[in-house]
Amino acid sequence: MILQAAAGAALGKFGAAIGAAVAAIAAAIGIGNIGKASLEAGARQPEQAGHYRLTAIIIGALVEGACLFAILVCLIGINS
Amino acid sequence: MKWLRLISVFLLTLLPATLAAEELDMNEYLFGHVGDSYGWHITTINGHPVSVHLPVIVRSRTTGWHVFSSKHIEEGEEYDGFRIAAKGEQYEGKLVEQTPDGPVRPFDISITKNVFGLMFNSLVLVLLVLFGVRWYRKHDATQEAPGGFTGLLEMLVTMVEDDIIKECVGPDYKRYSPYLLTAFFFIFVNNLMGIIPFFPGGANVTGNIAITLCLAIFTFLAVNLFGNKHYYKDIFWPDVPAFLKVIPLMPLIEIIGLFTKPFSLMIRLFANILAGHIMILGVVAVVFLTAKLGVAMNAGMSAIAVLFGVFMDVLELLVAFLQAYVFTMLSSVFIGLSRQHEEN
Repeated sequence: MILQAAAGAALGKFGAAIGAAVAAIAAAIGIGNIGKASLEAGARQPEQAGHYRLTAIIIGALVEGACLFAILVCLIGINS
Repeated sequence: MKWLRLISVFLLTLLPATLAAEELDMNEYLFGHVGDSYGWHITTINGHPVSVHLPVIVRSRTTGWHVFSSKHIEEGEEYDGFRIAAKGEQYEGKLVEQTPDGPVRPFDISITKNVFGLMFNSLVLVLLVLFGVRWYRKHDATQEAPGGFTGLLEMLVTMVEDDIIKECVGPDYKRYSPYLLTAFFFIFVNNLMGIIPFFPGGANVTGNIAITLCLAIFTFLAVNLFGNKHYYKDIFWPDVPAFLKVIPLMPLIEIIGLFTKPFSLMIRLFANILAGHIMILGVVAVVFLTAKLGVAMNAGMSAIAVLFGVFMDVLELLVAFLQAYVFTMLSSVFIGLSRQHEEN
């Protein structure tokens, strides 16, 4: 009976939803770390704060790229 | 008086409370808006669809070239043997020709919604830049500074040139400036036009993987066609212990890296813009999804959806600029890496 349920497409959608949630967690952890590091560096050296802000935004975009790749795969998984 | 205005604006967000409740097909709604189509559907008034009919240009293997307006095949009808494949069929959503062997895809170079959006946005970009050029013809740039829109353009171009191109490409940046500046403004203008919800904006050009693939291919060519001898030596015969070179482990990894870098450029831009569009569409869909739950629930959720939608739209503005910036920066870093001189 479990095998029948597992064979259904519902398991695929379940897996895709879990994947999307994990990708969101990964993005949050990654970007949170970037924020923490850039604020700590800015506190140590306030005259370079603008440089740190720019670097943080750029690295945020790069981390977001990796997580959105996972989100894309999950979207495809939910739809087929 | 100020509070009265605020409250009346807030009450406007509750207007959708009088909707008729019709079932919303999320899949068709989402992918109909972010996907490609043969005509540009703008709205539906009283059940009558209002759309811009774009030309369909196909060449079938048996009957030659056909050029006709998309209004003939809009509702799933057949014209000249061509029709749009229905749901569940093999080429769903695409133009197929009915042959004795079953439906087959003809050679299709139609002006679809994305193609038209691409052409229109490119025209907008060319007009914007040429408008800025006009000022520089009439004034001496070393004596006075431009104001107004030309000043904004100069600010943007100077920022891209000084902070991204000069810094990341290195000494011979002038050769690559045209391509990198074009890439930045192309991506920026297309991202911005994709956020505008009405015609002629909203075509989701950069959220189409074919277009980001072409941009990534251009960067790939710019990096590899003009690479240094030192660059190719580092890929195929790097300065590592012999057991890594002979297997060949390092060269294989480097060659894979050659392709993964533009691939990540493509996926990053595509996923960011597509995800942003889908999120905004999802937030707006809340209005329609809660229509069946009663007027009060619908009104409340619509108010939240409008506010959250405004926030998502402003975030999309940031993402539009940031993705163009990151694409240009990474392209210039790759180009700079391919033109490095031997370090002693």
